[in-house]
Amino acid sequence: MIENIDLSLVDWSRGQFALTAIYHWLFVPLTLGLSLILVIMETKYVRTGSEKWKKTTKFWMKLFGINFAIGVSTGLILEFEFGTNWSNYSWFVGDIFGAPLAVEGIMAFFLESTFVAVMFFGWDKVSKRFHLASTWLVAIGANLSALWILVANAWMENPVGMVFNPDTARNEMQSFWQVLFNPVAMDKFFHTITSGFVLASFFVTGISAWFLIRNREKEMAVKSIKVAAIFGTFGSLVLIFTGDTSARTLAQVQPVKFAAMEALYEGQTDAGLTAFGILTGKDGADEDGLDEKDIIASIEIPGLLSIMTNGERDSYVAGIKDLVYGNEERGIIPVSEKIERGRLARQTLIDYREAQEMGNEAVANELGKKFGSNDFQEEYFRYFGYSYINRPADVVPDVPLIFYSFHLMVALGFLFLLLQILAWFYTARGSMENKKIFQWILLLSIPLPYLASVLGWLVTEMGRQPWIIQDLMPVGIAVSSISTSAVQTTFWLFAALFTALLIAEVSIMTRQIKIGPKIEEE
Amino acid sequence: MLFAMSHSFLQEYWWFLVSLLASLLVFLMFVQGGQSFIFTLAANEQQKTMIVNAMGRKWEFTFTTLVTFGGAFFASFPLFYATSFGGAYWVWMAILFSFVIQAIAYEYRTKPSNVLGTKTFEIFLLINGALSPFLIGVAVATFFTGANFSINEMNMGKWDTPWHGLEALLNLRNLSLGLTVLFLDRLLGLMYIINSIDDDELILGARKKAIINLVPFLIGFLYFIISLLIAEGFAVDPESGRVFMEKAKYFHNLVEMPPVFIMFLSGTVLVLFGLYRTVFTERTDPVWFAGFGTVIVVLSLFLLAGYNNTSFYPSLSDLQSSLTIRNASSSHFTLKTMMYISFIIPFVFAYIWYAWSAINRKKIDKEEIGGEGHLY
Ligand code: HDD
Ligand code: HEM
Ligand code: HEM
Repeated sequence: MIENIDLSLVDWSRGQFALTAIYHWLFVPLTLGLSLILVIMETKYVRTGSEKWKKTTKFWMKLFGINFAIGVSTGLILEFEFGTNWSNYSWFVGDIFGAPLAVEGIMAFFLESTFVAVMFFGWDKVSKRFHLASTWLVAIGANLSALWILVANAWMENPVGMVFNPDTARNEMQSFWQVLFNPVAMDKFFHTITSGFVLASFFVTGISAWFLIRNREKEMAVKSIKVAAIFGTFGSLVLIFTGDTSARTLAQVQPVKFAAMEALYEGQTDAGLTAFGILTGKDGADEDGLDEKDIIASIEIPGLLSIMTNGERDSYVAGIKDLVYGNEERGIIPVSEKIERGRLARQTLIDYREAQEMGNEAVANELGKKFGSNDFQEEYFRYFGYSYINRPADVVPDVPLIFYSFHLMVALGFLFLLLQILAWFYTARGSMENKKIFQWILLLSIPLPYLASVLGWLVTEMGRQPWIIQDLMPVGIAVSSISTSAVQTTFWLFAALFTALLIAEVSIMTRQIKIGPKIEEE
Repeated sequence: MLFAMSHSFLQEYWWFLVSLLASLLVFLMFVQGGQSFIFTLAANEQQKTMIVNAMGRKWEFTFTTLVTFGGAFFASFPLFYATSFGGAYWVWMAILFSFVIQAIAYEYRTKPSNVLGTKTFEIFLLINGALSPFLIGVAVATFFTGANFSINEMNMGKWDTPWHGLEALLNLRNLSLGLTVLFLDRLLGLMYIINSIDDDELILGARKKAIINLVPFLIGFLYFIISLLIAEGFAVDPESGRVFMEKAKYFHNLVEMPPVFIMFLSGTVLVLFGLYRTVFTERTDPVWFAGFGTVIVVLSLFLLAGYNNTSFYPSLSDLQSSLTIRNASSSHFTLKTMMYISFIIPFVFAYIWYAWSAINRKKIDKEEIGGEGHLY
């Protein structure tokens, strides 16, 4: 079927996708959160009629616009990159995966882009209420677009609601609701938008703290911190909660990723949660290519991992070794067996297509029926992607990367909650203006949620390697058949262009912040 | 459900919607057309700023239409999405690049500390303005002239030239459609300037420019249409699905589908009427005639390419790999689900229209450009 996979082509295509996705993700979360903060601020303006709130809203809106433009432009590339760089993938799952992308355009992007124009240009052209409604609709549109794209992404992590059709050689949708209400999608949606809320809160508190440090625009700064800190505190709580539910779901649907997050090699009951640790190599890769790591210098919370996974202390958490080599006692199938089953499924498909080509209808009918049987779909076809795996250990992602990324993200999550509560507390007490050190902390914290949020995507995306669609399609066979040099060229073009634009963005943003809202100067 | 929908009905329904999005896109690229005049029409900075702001308040619509066109094509005809985007790599990438630089150019052009300088962002607008209508025109022409790909038994596509789409630029018919779209959008851009800006000098200049741009548009359009109607086309045998060459296929399609014929004719008349009003009258409304005309002409061309047993994406390398709305579509279930979702489109049109008229109620003038509000 697909011979001679060019590894460097795969790597460059991944690199290009990662590059554009990460650039997109530098701007998207701020859009998600700041749009809602604008809603709160403008509501205050409409309620009180205070010019100060209006200027405050306009100030943050200006920063929103600068960020928004570049989020839009990087998104365009991602949308088409599925076709340009992952065309085999696009056919294999287009029947399911395309739908959320289309819905996103129809339901979310139009909403966002129509009302963003009213939001920016409509201040003197439409009524106050219509303007406020537009700001609301921008925020709703942005968060709806997150919903649909995350539904698509979640489907890749946990493909549900479809069946394979051998006649078209692709997966076809059977239930739209299963795709939409995929448990992974729900966790992911709430976790991701709240990560945007928290990020935006830090953006607002950090910049406001800078004004306080500079002794400028103090009233606006304190008011903004208050709005953002309350928003950020609740955001953080939901973020931590949904992070936890995400992990629980993962333990069910992507156990290898889950074990990698905890660097858990041997399965255990009463497994402890490693709060912090350092990984070291043990004795190199074994003959199957599995390279075990040890955790040293760790702080462990006994039993918590078991409780988190299954709600009970004595429940069993599978380790990487169980998942690779199998564990009969626990009913875990070894990867080698999955490879066998996957190959059988693929061979059946090839035989079926051949019989059809040759016009051998009896054989074709016989084999075609197999694909209709639940048993075959559940026991064999489900492992289709394993037919491309060479060594069992190849299904294990980069454990240290996942482990560290995950732990750093979680640690930051708790730090964020603490900082936002403190910020709320100080503004409520009216002492924010005097807390010089805390102001500096807020200012310097601005990059941290960006870091946490990229780490989150690294856990998600690197943690599911080698799969592009869990168990069904490895990344290697998903690529378009183009030359590596073509992808290299576009990679560097994008890298150069996006970097230049990023520099311009940061520079414009900083300048606008320095100019400030000009409330007090007047 | 009120009635059982056949798969072929759904395929035609989705081809219609994708075509509608494409034709709206060609109209909305008046934004690009307007951008392409940024250096040649404005006599001074103030006029330039007015042009940029007139276009800038609409760029998001064009952009979003492009994105939704991509998404809808992916969902309804995934084999096209996989084959064309992955195959004609360079053409699509060039189009995407030109849109990326557009999206930020408006917001960043006049902002202080923009690093690259105002001029660079204006050049970005010019590049996007000239390149994207042209390349989209060329890409659409391959729906009639064919492309160099083949598809294997697992429905995986392969491109058969190392140029990955750039070879389309060597075909005169493709070029003629590219130029037609480019000059049409330039004309529409001028008409939109006439419609939305309150500045006599600028409007006069726009009318003059329209006369010059009319000529290449008419030549390109006539060349493309005549060559289309006499050319061999890619027909499909509805029974076996085999693709074969048929003399004057698109002419036959036109005759065999009277509604499409009517759309094509009336659209052409409307475009010409809009042009007439631009050049020979003082009216400010020609953009609506020509715009509506554009939408139905382009729509009729897309319907010629996809309906009536025609291959909408023919393969030059292997005739039987050609894509049709039958063999490239999503499953019945997906198309049906998506159809329900598409019922919100009229609602989308309604709020776009509402917001558009709220913003355009007052024309852009010198005072607004000199004022305090949000400016591009
Ligand atoms: C959690 C949120 C989220 C995630 C994971 C993604 N996006 Fe995004 N996207 C947004 C949230 C968002 C947004 C907040 O809605 C943006 C950012 C700025 C904007 O205008 O909308 C946006 C803009 C945006 C645009 C421009 C839309 C327009 O015309 O207005 C496109 C085409 C995409 N995205 C496509 C993608 C693709 C193909 C993604 C995945 C591979 C993706 N986005 C990931
Ligand atoms: C915006 C936030 C996102 C970030 C930062 C991100 C990050 C990444 C990274 C780092 C990779 C490369 C992994 C590798 O080395 O292969 C990747 C790959 C990929 N991601 Fe994401 N991702 C994001 C969102 C999404 C979404 C929402 C989708 C799906 C709709 C998606 C689909 C993919 C695909 C198709 C690949 C390429 C195949 C692969 O390498 O697995 N990503 N992403
Ligand atoms: C206690 C805190 C946290 C926990 C327990 C947690 C847990 C998780 C888990 C398990 C995943 C992987 C989900 C998957 O692979 O499907 C994930 C992903 C992610 N995390 Fe967190 N996280 C926490 C804090 C944070 C913080 C503070 C941020 C950023 C501000 C963040 C941003 C993300 C993002 C953007 C993703 C990728 C989207 C997704 O897959 O949901 N997380 N998180």
